[in-house]
Amino acid sequence: MKLRCWGTRGSIPVSLTAPDVRAKIVRALEGAQGRNLSHPGAIAAYVDSLGFDVAGTFGGHSSCVQIETGGSEHFILDLGTGVRPLGAHMLARYGAAVPQTYHVFLSHLHWDHIMGLPFFTPVYIPGNRIVVHSCHPHAEAALRRQQAEPSFPVRFEQFSAAFEFDTVTPGQAFEVDGTRVIAHAQRHAGDSYGWRFERAGKSAVYSTDSEHRLEDEDERAGFIAFFRDADVVVFDAMYSLADAISVKADWGHSSNIVGVELCQAARVGRLVLFHHEPAYSDTQIANVLQETRRFEQITRDGHVLEVLSAWDGLELTL
Amino acid sequence: MEVSSSNLDSTRVLQVRGRLDHSHAKEFETALAPHLLACTPTGSPLVLDFSGVVYISSVGLRVLLLAAKQVKAQQGLIAIAALTPIVTEVFQVSHFNLVLAVYPNVAAAAAGLGT
Repeated sequence: MKLRCWGTRGSIPVSLTAPDVRAKIVRALEGAQGRNLSHPGAIAAYVDSLGFDVAGTFGGHSSCVQIETGGSEHFILDLGTGVRPLGAHMLARYGAAVPQTYHVFLSHLHWDHIMGLPFFTPVYIPGNRIVVHSCHPHAEAALRRQQAEPSFPVRFEQFSAAFEFDTVTPGQAFEVDGTRVIAHAQRHAGDSYGWRFERAGKSAVYSTDSEHRLEDEDERAGFIAFFRDADVVVFDAMYSLADAISVKADWGHSSNIVGVELCQAARVGRLVLFHHEPAYSDTQIANVLQETRRFEQITRDGHVLEVLSAWDGLELTL
Repeated sequence: MEVSSSNLDSTRVLQVRGRLDHSHAKEFETALAPHLLACTPTGSPLVLDFSGVVYISSVGLRVLLLAAKQVKAQQGLIAIAALTPIVTEVFQVSHFNLVLAVYPNVAAAAAGLGT
């Protein structure tokens, strides 16, 4: 099983600005002072030694994650703007002439999680089949509405792919192309749902746009069971804990601290911090990752939890 | 988890010991409650001596946040003192050091509260 992140930013897409790029170049050049960078190998080694926040970027697309299950059909988690490059990737890999089946699993219907659909090229290719799995009975209406005038010039009816809508009941496992799938209800305005995928002894959980009430023991136990022994959990870590339970309480998001605590209790293998705050720079996200790794270290109780920060392009093999 | 109280001049000092995690947060909240009620402009400022707290989890931090909110609404004064190195790091990572008044020791906390 493979997990690939195409969009990892929360709430709204963002992009690097010219000052952001300039700041990265300045930092890289400052670090290069006194180094022998006279040949390409030395330059490449130096670039590789820089922090990801300097040499790279966490990216700015809104939520979209792909899971390669090992089956022949494709799994897409949310339709944020990251689904546009995912569509281009699929076309490059399979071409337009070979029909594909895409299973879309929606966490919820907020705009940042569906806004990429109009730019997902496979919807314009006849023969493609797109099955939208959602716990929200209004998923079809939401996707049709964003295509309607005056929001977009291409109506839903103009999509050439065949769409199917599957309304799923949380807590009831079902099978898709040989993979066991189960949804879990989460606390978010209008409700959201996490998804767990299991196949051939591997498991991945996608849990975004989910606020956790720390005082609710039943809720906590439910998430620990949902995350139990997963190889990877992609987790909404948008805010600091202090913000998540004070000024941003009821905003529907969680924190790195709660992610670590739940994943430690559930004996998860890897925690991927996800749905990054759009106002955060690459440096701030890198700091959150560093702090979270330290928190995991000082709270470790025998089980080692690997902590990663999602970025547009991150690929994990489970 | 244990809580005991003493007075430093006009300040009420609560010595907190043990782990403030999911198993003990409720107990801590209950032990704190009567002291919070007394933490008003006409009552005693409150300092939580955390020198004996070996760990605090998110749910323990939530109890502190609720305590600070209640005291603020009552126009009282509350501070936390003498964090152990581990708890200091938890405060930093969770950003609770930005929303709660934290002092290196009880005397500094009492002075910081103006008592």
